[in-house]
Amino acid sequence: MDSSQDTDHTDHTDRTDHTDPAPDPHRPDTDPHHPDTDFIRLDGVEKVFDVRKKTGFLRSERRQVRAVDSISFTVSRGEMVGYIGPNGAGKSTTIKMLTGILTPSGGRLRVAGIDPSRERTRLAQRIGVVFGQRTTLWWDLPLIDSYRLMHRMYRIPDTRYAENLDRCVELLQLGDLLDVPVRQLSLGQRMRGDIAAALLHDPEVLYLDEPTIGLDVVSKVRVREFLRDLNADRGTTVLLTTHDLSDIEQLCRRVMVIDHGRLMYDGPLTGLHEIGESERTLVVDLERELPPIDVESARVVKVEGPRQWLAFPAAQSAAPLVARIAAEYPLVDLSVREPDIEAVISRMYAEKATS
Amino acid sequence: MADLRNLRGLRDLRDLRGLRDLKERRDADSGFAPAGRSRLVDGLRAYRLIAWMWIRSTMAYRASFAMTVFGNFAGSALDFVAILLMFSRVDELGGYSLGQVAFLYGLSSAAFGLTDLALGSVDRLGQRVRDGTLDTLLVRPAPVLAQVAADRFALRRLGRITQGLLVLGYALFVVDISWTPLKVLLMPVMVVSGAAIFAAVFVAGAAFQFVAQDASQVTNSFTYGGTTLLQYPPTVFAKDLVRGVTFVLPLAFVNWLPALYVLGLPYPLDLPEWVAFLPPLVATACCALAGIAWRAGLRSYRSTGS
Repeated sequence: MDSSQDTDHTDHTDRTDHTDPAPDPHRPDTDPHHPDTDFIRLDGVEKVFDVRKKTGFLRSERRQVRAVDSISFTVSRGEMVGYIGPNGAGKSTTIKMLTGILTPSGGRLRVAGIDPSRERTRLAQRIGVVFGQRTTLWWDLPLIDSYRLMHRMYRIPDTRYAENLDRCVELLQLGDLLDVPVRQLSLGQRMRGDIAAALLHDPEVLYLDEPTIGLDVVSKVRVREFLRDLNADRGTTVLLTTHDLSDIEQLCRRVMVIDHGRLMYDGPLTGLHEIGESERTLVVDLERELPPIDVESARVVKVEGPRQWLAFPAAQSAAPLVARIAAEYPLVDLSVREPDIEAVISRMYAEKATS
Repeated sequence: MADLRNLRGLRDLRDLRGLRDLKERRDADSGFAPAGRSRLVDGLRAYRLIAWMWIRSTMAYRASFAMTVFGNFAGSALDFVAILLMFSRVDELGGYSLGQVAFLYGLSSAAFGLTDLALGSVDRLGQRVRDGTLDTLLVRPAPVLAQVAADRFALRRLGRITQGLLVLGYALFVVDISWTPLKVLLMPVMVVSGAAIFAAVFVAGAAFQFVAQDASQVTNSFTYGGTTLLQYPPTVFAKDLVRGVTFVLPLAFVNWLPALYVLGLPYPLDLPEWVAFLPPLVATACCALAGIAWRAGLRSYRSTGS
């Protein structure tokens, strides 16, 4: 495995034009100035786990599990990407390989030109990681103490530390919390504290693993706003995994769907709807109970007294449909419901499984 | 034409900015410190930072801290009381007087106490692997071993060292030793080397926990068990056990062999006299092996995950 990587190093290609849109997979990674298009780059990355299953008292069966199966993608500097998939799909494994926690079993992986598993500590200076379910803050100490530790451990210059801390405190509204022991913070406050801790050393990439898990609505909104601003103002590349699809809807223009270790979809969120043949729902309230509305390009999926639910393709505009119904039926009120991505994705999985 | 020149000027400016960014980045990579900083220095620095955080954390509960220090001291003191009780019945244990046993006891406890204080927490590694919190250490720019060792750094462990040193002081007071400069020199060397040998056992045990996450009790039998073993004279144990802790897991070099030289007592197993001066070498070898084991363990974690 190592020797194959080394041959990549020797293949020096002269690259002076850094705006070349087609990334060269054999570019030597000694060059710290990457074209921004392949800031994060995975080429056929694999991760195989040996799973031992006990079959007897001392006997066990060895089985290989492909947690990540030949995944390739690139992320440009400043992109904000959502990484979704069901539990055990390989999301966390990918994030762990990108942060250098795990070593890939095969393939080639670079973050900012660094091989994460080989130069873990060097990479650590350039990335920020937030594990939604594990705090890195010091439980019994005031919040500010955790930040002071980051200051020294990451060797952040004093002025830069002060600037970054001020910014995070202001935007994440941590001012009143700095002197409060972490154990007394609410979940939402702690998450904001964790995000700030991951950003004090000016990371170029921020990985977030379930950043909004367990948060109330207000905290979610605050975290999302902050991430959006961070990405817009500082150009920080953000990669987040989540179960909460509204996170993705509100933050990411690009989404990757992974299942069984394979990349099933990589593209804009809207494209996901098309692929999943998703439908929007028009809910109409009529003056009185009527038989199911009969219009072309939509079908009634549910009737409940004077209220009816009509499904129509997500790509289609709702206006003509509404106009037609308003012309033919005594319409009182209506609303349009956006498709549920969760349903879209599960439909996608179902399709893959049958094909 | 003029526009073109203008454009080039702009690009130059951009390149300049790029260069500055690059320089800043390089500075950040090198950590704003002189080049050639070793991993050891890095590790010690991270250790100091984290240990200090833990000290402050425990100080958040002062009363509880005072009580555990006392408890730790009292617990290990009772340990020695057991030996005292034994000597109230007999005059000798395996041919050793109370003072001589106290000498062995004090040295073993002091060496072990030092190690326990410095990296007694590495045996929590298995738990960290199980609950996944090891990952949060792996994304920090510091050696993992230092971070794990400093984890839950507890000053209460000073209790054991204190007790060990008190017993040693008592032994030095009552035992008649014909001191030579070499013997005086051997005393601190013995404690430090002994601590290093125990450290190697701790680290190797932790490395084993990457593979078997609930194996902390196995390590404990060698560390806590080992120190208890060394508190008694080698003459009370079976020959095979003494051979085992001399040639396989060289705990005998922590205190037995050098201490017997200082006391002027015969070695077990008819070993030559110069083995008393081997502890630094044995400690170095053990630490090197433990380091290799640690690296292998960490590598296996990073290639299999949890």
